[in-house]
Amino acid sequence: MDIFIQQLINGLVVGSIYALIALGYTMVYGILQLINFAHGEIVMMGAMITISAVSILSGSGVNLPGPLLVVAGLLVSIPITMLLGFTIERVAYRPLRKAPRLAPLITAIGISIVLQQVAVLIWKNNPRSFPDLLPHASHDFMGAVITDLQILIVVLALVVMGGLLIMVEKTKLGRAMRAVSMNQSVASLMGVNINYVISMTFVIGSALGAVAGVMVGANYGLAYPTMGFMIGLKAFTAAVLGGIGNLAGAVAGGLLLGIIESVGAGYLGPITGGVLGSHYQDIFAFMVLILVLVFRPSGLLGERVAERA
Amino acid sequence: MTLARYSLIATAVLALAACGKQEEAPAPDAAGAPAAAAPAGDEVIKIGHAAPLTGNIAHLGKDNENGVRLAIEELNAEGVEIGGKKVKFEMISEDDQADPKTATTVAQRFVDAKVAGVIGHLNSGTTIPSSKLYSDAGIPQISPSATNPQYTLQGFKTAYRVIANDVAQGGALGEFAATNLKAKKVAIIDDRTAYGQGLADEFEKAAKAKGVEVVGREFTTNQATDFMAILTTIKGKKPDVIFYGGMDAQAGPLTQQLKKLGIAAKVIGGDGFQTGEYIKLAGDNAEGQFASQPGMPKDKMPGFADFDKKYKAKFNTDIQIYAPFTYDATRLMVEAMKRAGSADPAKYLPELAKTDYQGVTGPIKFDEKGDIVGGQVTVYQVKAGKWEAVATVGSPAAAPAAAAAPAEQPKQ
Amino acid sequence: MLANIKQSKPAAYAGMAIFAVVLAVLPFVMGATLGNTWVRNLDLAMLYIMLALGLNIVVGYAGLLDLGYIAFYAVGAYVYALLNSPHLVPMLSGTGFEWLLHMPLLVVLPLAALLAGIFGVLLGSPTLKLRGDYLAIVTLGFGEIVRLFMNNLDRPINITNGPQGVNLIEPVSLFGHKFSQAITVFGIEFRSVHLYYYLFLALALLIIVVSIRLQSSRIGRAWVAIREDEIAAQAMGINTRNVKLLAFAMGASFGGVSGAMFASFQGFVSPESFILMESIVVLAMVVLGGMGHIPGVILGAVLLFLTPEVLRDVVNPLQDKLIGERLVNPENLRMLLFGIALIFVMLVRPEGLWPSKQRKAEFHEDDDLKAKDAEKEAAHG
Repeated sequence: MDIFIQQLINGLVVGSIYALIALGYTMVYGILQLINFAHGEIVMMGAMITISAVSILSGSGVNLPGPLLVVAGLLVSIPITMLLGFTIERVAYRPLRKAPRLAPLITAIGISIVLQQVAVLIWKNNPRSFPDLLPHASHDFMGAVITDLQILIVVLALVVMGGLLIMVEKTKLGRAMRAVSMNQSVASLMGVNINYVISMTFVIGSALGAVAGVMVGANYGLAYPTMGFMIGLKAFTAAVLGGIGNLAGAVAGGLLLGIIESVGAGYLGPITGGVLGSHYQDIFAFMVLILVLVFRPSGLLGERVAERA
Repeated sequence: MTLARYSLIATAVLALAACGKQEEAPAPDAAGAPAAAAPAGDEVIKIGHAAPLTGNIAHLGKDNENGVRLAIEELNAEGVEIGGKKVKFEMISEDDQADPKTATTVAQRFVDAKVAGVIGHLNSGTTIPSSKLYSDAGIPQISPSATNPQYTLQGFKTAYRVIANDVAQGGALGEFAATNLKAKKVAIIDDRTAYGQGLADEFEKAAKAKGVEVVGREFTTNQATDFMAILTTIKGKKPDVIFYGGMDAQAGPLTQQLKKLGIAAKVIGGDGFQTGEYIKLAGDNAEGQFASQPGMPKDKMPGFADFDKKYKAKFNTDIQIYAPFTYDATRLMVEAMKRAGSADPAKYLPELAKTDYQGVTGPIKFDEKGDIVGGQVTVYQVKAGKWEAVATVGSPAAAPAAAAAPAEQPKQ
Repeated sequence: MLANIKQSKPAAYAGMAIFAVVLAVLPFVMGATLGNTWVRNLDLAMLYIMLALGLNIVVGYAGLLDLGYIAFYAVGAYVYALLNSPHLVPMLSGTGFEWLLHMPLLVVLPLAALLAGIFGVLLGSPTLKLRGDYLAIVTLGFGEIVRLFMNNLDRPINITNGPQGVNLIEPVSLFGHKFSQAITVFGIEFRSVHLYYYLFLALALLIIVVSIRLQSSRIGRAWVAIREDEIAAQAMGINTRNVKLLAFAMGASFGGVSGAMFASFQGFVSPESFILMESIVVLAMVVLGGMGHIPGVILGAVLLFLTPEVLRDVVNPLQDKLIGERLVNPENLRMLLFGIALIFVMLVRPEGLWPSKQRKAEFHEDDDLKAKDAEKEAAHG
């Protein structure tokens, strides 16, 4: 039983990481109906820049407690990823807003490759170890183990979701976002500055990406230039699972996918007599993705919308 | 557009391309010139070297290259006579990028350049596909570091290696786990790469043969960072030792997560994570874990101290891993040429098979497959943040070391 | 088509003849000047041309973005590898299925094409309703699933030999001659690389001819109709489901042929040859050259195949000379260039480097209108 609870906790933590990243995908998709392939790379950039900033800071004799040092690193990486997000939208997506849908998707792949390769140029291909700065004391929970950092990640995913929901529902920018996502041309007639709203979406999404990247790095103790791809893909799956464009759906989808993966990797082997097992862990995400898209393209919490051409 | 018009355009393009090619042509000819101009001076014998000189493990590739370079420069300084004629050696080094497709292109380049022999490649994944080209061309190949058993199982007469293969390494690790660590139950994880899976399979065989129970076999990938799910499964099976077949980038976080879950079992693995990088990535959790490296520990290699001095003097850098092996490989290849009185691959290949060479890395003899006879494997342990040799397994000469190790063990 | 030939019959035939001669002697010219390494590169380039032409049917003609295309290449490669290597011999011996092994090339190739085509339909059928970006993601997932299965189907029953890959694949054997051995005809020595060149050339030409014929056929026009407006196409009576599936199947079968040839040429296949990056590289070839335009796609394939080779010969020596150290990895630069090429082409020249006239016109409709407006204004002013 404690093993099962541990698997649930594992799934919850991984799922929260997916959820944090999925929020970024879902925000952009909700407004532009565009898969921002490069979001996984923004997550990677956030982690890598934070590591570099922290190592420079601690190397130059700044003596701060661990968590503050991480915050200082984030203060460096968040503006940079925000700028990256802004630039990506401006350069690669905005000129193609009226183009066939294939076009921005291809530039998105291009941006993703470019960011990844630039990261390889800067940091080389080897993994960087993430300094041990955040508290990670273990707690016992019904025979299973959970650390402070893991609790932080789960809480953070929920808090960020709550914050975004409040922003979308209550603020002026949020109202503008909703308007743009419903109908761009009408929104613009109503005096909404569409370009500003879209840019802000990318900026906020990228900042969240950086935070998510740091959480990934801290939790696993390392970061590397190619880390963004797989985790980005899974987060995207989570967003689709929950109903893309829906903030609460992204979190629900993330948690569900995390638990499917953990429990699947843990129990599928014994159930199928070793035919399927943990070696198919990565397949679960893709299978879920395909099944959801085929049978319920609107996801768990999404509304059924007419297909846009 | 019509087929006919495509042809017209394509013809023009090709004609242009062909002209361009002709202009470029003199370059390779110039490169081949020393060989053609040989009668004037000494005869030049070309030896190919292939390893990844760019990318992730470029430092290892460069190290291999340095080993060959050192051997060749020494040989040239010593003045070697083959079949009564004075000869000079020349190294042609190529970058295979650790990529199978590039490796076969590189192999073709060597065949074109009519090299007398090849030292390489570094990875098993490049060595195996390229070995076919060398075999077809009859060019002897000695790999300093490819440990996949398949390499010498293909029946190629040209394929040799001077390092213990994964059968030996996995077997040694299995034996070490059973006798030295006195493991009763082991769990095995591999990263689903040719290297990780091959090593894990050999370990499993050896451990089972020693009566150790394999309580779990789990899998991950060489891109993974989250191992909590599989480690939780393993935790439930309470193994004494967890074997990981894979590289340091995964072994590091895996070791951390193991501790997080409160698993007390020791981690053991192959040369994939017997690196400084592993200690960095696993942090304090690396302490007390085991990993092996084929060959004797460097300080026990008969000629290492001398070689190390020469190497540092020449290249002003530390030896990574395989330089002594490429050095030995080059020298023993030339020895075979000397004995045969010819650098013609067809003539010296039979002599290469009969090699009995006392190298920097120890005695080298080949069995009928081309594997080194009695290749040794050393098991290291992280002590105070550094890898330290604790046992050498595999060869009769090293038996005392292996026997001595258990006595040391309880102290840790 | 006919009209064109009538207009310039002699010139066209002369062109074709010269073209044929150039293609025929190319490997020997290259072999003599640059060495057989470049003949080998030529062979590999030919494989990529076949691959790119296959993807062109799906992406270029039918407008379905397929990010898992390399899976079909993998299927073709594994079909050839498993049926022409010792790997399955122990499993099949005594089961009555030994006839499966070592079938002649003219049976294996269609088989590889057929199986890859079936995989194409398998992928296509659940994704028919999806459009654009969803389709891209699902195909990407499909590609990864195929690779993961190849990597893991060594247990409990060893079918693919898992990550170890399949080794000792036999070379192609035609008319009783094994392609691994050189053959001398009329005093000219044809080596293995040369024989493969002619075989690949023949296959590439076949694929080109099929592509051209498809383009102007009923099906080809149906694909274009779907690409431009699916709803309108359906309204015009096109069975969009069947036509789309046909696009997937055709594209996949070209990939399968190419993969089978790759397996025989390389003699070794393992799942790491079929990663997502390969799919993206092939996509970049199609996009860069000009989606839907055969000469453009061929140009794209050749250009992108040659970049790493050229980069290798330029970047490394240059770095050695300038800084004495290899800081930048050509592979890294190559991928960077691919990424930039994808972005640049989409932004600046979405029709590709060498587009068809029709496609170019479509992408620049606005330009014409603007130009006309400008003219009008000028006339009025």
